[in-house]
Amino acid sequence: MAALEINNVCKDFGSEQVLKDVSLAIDSGEFLILVGPSGCGKSTLMNAIAGLEPVTSGEIRIAGEEVTWQTPAERDIAMVFQSYALYPSMTVRQNISFGLEMRKVPKAEREAAVERVADLLQISHLLERKPSQLSGGQRQRVAMGRALAREPKVYLFDEPLSNLDAKLRVDMRTEIKKLHQRLGTTIVYVTHDQIEAMTLADCIAVMRDGRILQLGSPDEVYNNPVDIFVAGFMGSPSMNFIAATLEEQAGEYLLRIETPYEPSLALPWPRERATAAMAERVGKPVILGLRPEHFAEDDARLGEFSEGVLLTPRITVVEPTGADILLQLQLGEGEATARVGPKCRVAAGERLALRIDMARAVLFDSETEKRLA
Amino acid sequence: MSLSSPAVQPAAGPGARRSSAGLLQAWLPKLVLAPSIAISLFFVYGFMLWTFILSLTSSRMLPSYEFVGFAQYARLMVNDRWWVASTNLVVFGGLFVAICLALGLVLAILLDQRIRQEGALRTLYLYPMALSFIVTGVVWKWLLNPGLGIQAMVRSWGFESFRFDWIIDPDMAVYTLVIAAVWQASGFVMALFLAGLRGIDDSILKAAQLDGASLPRIYWRVVIPCLRPVVFSAVMILSHIAIKSFDLVVALTNGGPGYASDLPATFMYAHAFTRAQIGLGSASAMLMLGGVLAILIPYLYSELRSRRHG
Amino acid sequence: MDNVIRRRTFGARIARFSLYAVLIVAALFYLLPLAVMLITSVKPMAEITPGTLLSLPQDPTLAPWVKAWGEACTGMRCEGVGVYFFNSIAIVVPAVLISTTIGALNGYALTKWRFKGSELLFALMLFGCFIPFQVVLLPMAQTLGWLGLSSSRAGLILVHVIFGIAFTTLFFRNFYVAVPTELISAAKLDGAGFFRIFWRILLPVSAPIIVVSVIWQFTQIWNDFLFGVAFSAHDTQPVTVALNNLVNTSTGAREYNVDMAAAMIAALPTLVVYVLAGKYFVRGLTAGSVKG
Repeated sequence: MAALEINNVCKDFGSEQVLKDVSLAIDSGEFLILVGPSGCGKSTLMNAIAGLEPVTSGEIRIAGEEVTWQTPAERDIAMVFQSYALYPSMTVRQNISFGLEMRKVPKAEREAAVERVADLLQISHLLERKPSQLSGGQRQRVAMGRALAREPKVYLFDEPLSNLDAKLRVDMRTEIKKLHQRLGTTIVYVTHDQIEAMTLADCIAVMRDGRILQLGSPDEVYNNPVDIFVAGFMGSPSMNFIAATLEEQAGEYLLRIETPYEPSLALPWPRERATAAMAERVGKPVILGLRPEHFAEDDARLGEFSEGVLLTPRITVVEPTGADILLQLQLGEGEATARVGPKCRVAAGERLALRIDMARAVLFDSETEKRLA
Repeated sequence: MSLSSPAVQPAAGPGARRSSAGLLQAWLPKLVLAPSIAISLFFVYGFMLWTFILSLTSSRMLPSYEFVGFAQYARLMVNDRWWVASTNLVVFGGLFVAICLALGLVLAILLDQRIRQEGALRTLYLYPMALSFIVTGVVWKWLLNPGLGIQAMVRSWGFESFRFDWIIDPDMAVYTLVIAAVWQASGFVMALFLAGLRGIDDSILKAAQLDGASLPRIYWRVVIPCLRPVVFSAVMILSHIAIKSFDLVVALTNGGPGYASDLPATFMYAHAFTRAQIGLGSASAMLMLGGVLAILIPYLYSELRSRRHG
Repeated sequence: MDNVIRRRTFGARIARFSLYAVLIVAALFYLLPLAVMLITSVKPMAEITPGTLLSLPQDPTLAPWVKAWGEACTGMRCEGVGVYFFNSIAIVVPAVLISTTIGALNGYALTKWRFKGSELLFALMLFGCFIPFQVVLLPMAQTLGWLGLSSSRAGLILVHVIFGIAFTTLFFRNFYVAVPTELISAAKLDGAGFFRIFWRILLPVSAPIIVVSVIWQFTQIWNDFLFGVAFSAHDTQPVTVALNNLVNTSTGAREYNVDMAAAMIAALPTLVVYVLAGKYFVRGLTAGSVKG
């Protein structure tokens, strides 16, 4: 039985449709991440699950029971807010036990729950403080503690890390992941940060304009995006999109890329990755999607890219990040980003021999922006 | 996990499936607001309509509902005392607003020059606002009393021909209202302006200084234009005070000498409550309401517009 | 203008000096009436006619205060303003408490439980802040008669509550708008209901606005004259009405010292509040104007 099920949910604000026929389901213990640019409806969907905003139509089920018209309190869920929303007049202890108190849990049990949670999150020494006396990271922990004190059916996290500084964010991310592995809780987590989505999720829902574009494991969403938007949204630096024309020569597909000053490039598309959809696009413009790591120095990972295509583009910018080097290079009529090993010695303006891993490249229809292959 | 699911039938309306707790939660806020809304509908809007209806009747001692159309308004238009009151309001209101603004702005700018004891001075300037207009009226009546007040004091200093007897001069009595009202409200305008000054971004002033502007020029060209919204609110509040001014007139001049310092508010009260002219009094009250609306509506309009753009 | 760098030239010193001079003269202008009121109120009548406004009392006496409090004539009766002072208290205290409570609940419902049309309802109520009360006087008088509350303290309390809630609602609404709504969402998820959220979450953080609202209502109602004079009888009138009657009573010789003492008595409560909590007083005054 699904821990959370959303069926055909729509939500209108006036004439504006914020959620358009959203459906999904997750199993107990799964970690679902809703990701997308701001205004995509992910927070509205979260509020709809919480019962903070009524839906216009559709149905929401938690642990099999329909909750569409229940109040937030009746749904038995806990939520961690972006602003933490700690009750300013209460101590940390009171903040954590408030929800239990409202549910008429006996005092002894409440105390035990507070101790358990404080232990888990290492905030025992903060219990008598007011939220205003805590640092950002401590507040974040208390907010999580408040959610964890009760054992609800579903946890909702609304961009819980976005108010932390970069280092703390990474630490807390790891900590949330550990907590989830340990407690096996069902979590719905909203973020606009695709790295958070990739690292934490069992399952990612990429949203845009009130729709779920793709629902799948991080690996699926990253390597098999359904369209240009998903492909571009996930991954950093983001995927390179190169305009090409699809050609067919003796049963082989070729991607012809026009270049301004040189003869055009022709990249062969691996035969085993050809799809039926491609046949209809022969002679028409398509978009080739290449992630920065789909490039490699010619000699470095030669064996790795068995079907690699060799190019020698001109490098325009060299950006070492420490762990690796990002190269801006001329490709076709635009530029592309490639990620190469830290030992690569190349200067801006030079040419570098690079291989492209066509086995992992993706191809999109340039009109519908949907995936072709 | 799955993206597709068997289509469900559309959910029934909210009421149909909501639990009793949910229904209560949805209705409680409305229930809490209901009494206030009802009060406001009846006691504000209902009463305005009621007064309007009274203004169309021939009511004298007691409300009667014998309709005479706009006859009371017509009577008002030819009533000399009403014209005195209205003219007084224009004079009083205009001077009161202008002087309060000027004085308030000057004091605020002066106080904003890193003054020692700023807090104490501010407190002194503002305290009259905490007083009742009746108290203000009683005090200023005493100060303006020619035989015992300021005139007598200055004469005792040796200026035997000094005259300051406006309060018994029919042509000047209205100006005594201005003095007392300015005394009471200008500190408040100062506080508004001071808050406005403190709200101006410091870096704007630094930029102006780096551009080589002198202090007066910075104020004139940079600071004062920033205070436009404050001026706007202040004009709004002050004119509102002016139109409603009743207690001050009663305590200071009681509309006198004769009815030389009457304002619409005292005119209305006198006719409705002491001179048994309910119909006429109602008509004058409606005109006062019209005056307030004439100021209020443009204000609210611009306020809403700026909010939409901001 | 805190960061203006000044060279301490001679000219600058002159400017600085005149700045203080102007500010002090202004302070005297505001202070003069209060000083005169106080000085006159402790002078015997014998010193008033020959002396001038600012001549200090040779023989200070509290007799005018005693007389103003307990003996002076206000209209037909001669029992001072003391009884009316307590009338004012009996009217102000319940009216302030009730209107503040209603305003707090209204502000809470309007901001944290928004529903379709709630903004419109607020605008509707807000209008009550702006009407000249002359347009409600006559119908109010008749309605109070029907309710059997004519000329009673209860009637005045009712009137002040009715026309006070527009202001108190405005105060609380503007305050609660700035309280993060997520706080209320969190409490809802924790299982708290409408009143519980108000009581446990919002009220504990509302102290500043409660003070603003109480002070505003207190000064407004204490200083009211229009409703007092229109809807009270002799034994229920508030102190402002009594003061006005006292000053305008034409029986016997004018006793200016008693007038001033009575004015001081009527002014003291609001003055004390202003001195003790001036910050909140100013905040109330500016609440509806600067920040809308």
